Amino acid sequence: MQVPAQFEYERATSVEHALALLAKYGPESRVIAGGHSLIPMMKLRLARPEALVDVNELTELSGIEVSGGELRIGALVRHAELLASAEAGALFPILADAERVIADPIVRNRGTIGGSLCQADPSEDLSAAFTAVRANAVIRGEEGTRTVPVREFFTGPYSTVVGPAELLVELRLPIREGSGSAYAKVGRRAGDWAVAAAGAELALEGADVAEAGIGLTAVGAPRFVAAEAEDFLRGGAASAERFEKAGFIAAGHCAPAADQRGPVDYKRHLVATLTTRALHRAAERAGG
Amino acid sequence: MDITVTVNGEPHRRTVEPRLLLVHLLRDDLGLTGTHWGCDTSNCGTCVVWLDDLPVKSCTVLAVMADGKQVRTVEDLGHGAELDPVQQGFVACHGIQCGFCTPGMLMTARWLLDHDPDPSEDVIREAISGQLCRCTGYENIVRSIRWAAVHPDGEPS
Ligand SMILES: Cc1cc2nc3c(=O)[nH]c(=O)nc-3n(C[C@H](O)[C@H](O)[C@H](O)COP(=O)(O)OP(=O)(O)OC[C@H]3O[C@@H](n4cnc5c(N)ncnc54)[C@H](O)[C@@H]3O)c2cc1C
Ligand code: FES
Ligand code: FES
Repeated sequence: MQVPAQFEYERATSVEHALALLAKYGPESRVIAGGHSLIPMMKLRLARPEALVDVNELTELSGIEVSGGELRIGALVRHAELLASAEAGALFPILADAERVIADPIVRNRGTIGGSLCQADPSEDLSAAFTAVRANAVIRGEEGTRTVPVREFFTGPYSTVVGPAELLVELRLPIREGSGSAYAKVGRRAGDWAVAAAGAELALEGADVAEAGIGLTAVGAPRFVAAEAEDFLRGGAASAERFEKAGFIAAGHCAPAADQRGPVDYKRHLVATLTTRALHRAAERAGG
Repeated sequence: MDITVTVNGEPHRRTVEPRLLLVHLLRDDLGLTGTHWGCDTSNCGTCVVWLDDLPVKSCTVLAVMADGKQVRTVEDLGHGAELDPVQQGFVACHGIQCGFCTPGMLMTARWLLDHDPDPSEDVIREAISGQLCRCTGYENIVRSIRWAAVHPDGEPS
């Protein structure tokens, strides 16, 4: 029987209360949202927090809305809610593509967007999706609020810029006219983590790529970004040939590790294919 | 910690350690052993119960997180000899062999049919994709849930 070690538990009633509790218990305390990463880690003693601050009652952190030219997604939005949101799916089809293949419907009922990002698993799907669309993360501490591009959010495997006494409160996705997005993943079986996955957003101007965003997961891409492939695409034609080339560039610049999910060559092959596929789909959706 | 969890409509007050998992509260403390406990790693889905009307894997929920909330377990599906149509479907279509995965499957199936009374086979497969069965090979489970969709009021007993 796997049971976590002992800890204190507090249920926060507001964001201020949560921040005060985190400050009170210090760096050995942790936020718990869906708990679907943290509880398994605590069972295995990979994490051993002395106190948990439950943020599940913080309605301020829930909700999906469009405001100020951005899609705003609260940190406590569950995977299932994001998948079910027609507005999010229409503006950013990449989100529905990704959510459909994250874990399984029951896990998606509980796991949250904020928890997924803060967990910063190197194979996490939304990290690649939010990277592709250049989302910004809104972080609150007792001193105030700061906004960090998701591209600067991750500081390494399982670590982010969110401090021990801070909360991720929201993701903000800039809405761009004439853009489309898509996500493509290969896993070993339904609901499993990615062997490799690629997310893409394209903003088109006529037949040309005005801006490209490409996020990769599970393949050791620094900060989940395929920067060289984005640079290559920007300003050129949105053509099949160039999408294929961008896939090769992305595959060349990531650093997959050989593991039980497959050897390096296979993963690079997947990066090339999935990037190209996501770009095609994104272009179609952008109306190109 | 003192908590009150309403299980199948009945409030239970308990003093528990924060590290107690919901599945163990249900099984060991409340004696509701219909909820099974298999993998312990959020993978097999045999521990699925409803928490405030949503199916969740109760081996990955702390009992204290259910404080003040409603839990529904498989014990609430049938009443005496009167089985829920999904239970009848599992009997009619041989969706059960050893029965280990069945409680979780039933709780997910009931939720699915409450929200989508006529799901296709694909929708059913997707709905139970977080649940493992080592016996039936899923075909009969999918048929069982389809049976319940076609017989929303079950069969007169
Ligand atoms: C069986 C299974 C399969 C899965 N498959 C996939 C998959 O295919 N792809 C994928 O991407 N993910 C997958 N996941 C992971 C799952 O999507 C995430 O683990 C989960 O949703 C994390 O969210 P949570 O709310 O449960 O986080 P929690 O476990 O509550 O928290 C995770 C971490 O984030 C911190 N945290 C949470 N919220 C905040 C906040 N607002 N501010 C600051 N810190 C915070 C916590 O302190 C903790 O360190 C899978 C999980 C399981 C159990
Ligand atoms: S025991 Fe909970 S998912 Fe397996
Ligand atoms: S009937 Fe035996 S595990 Fe499903």
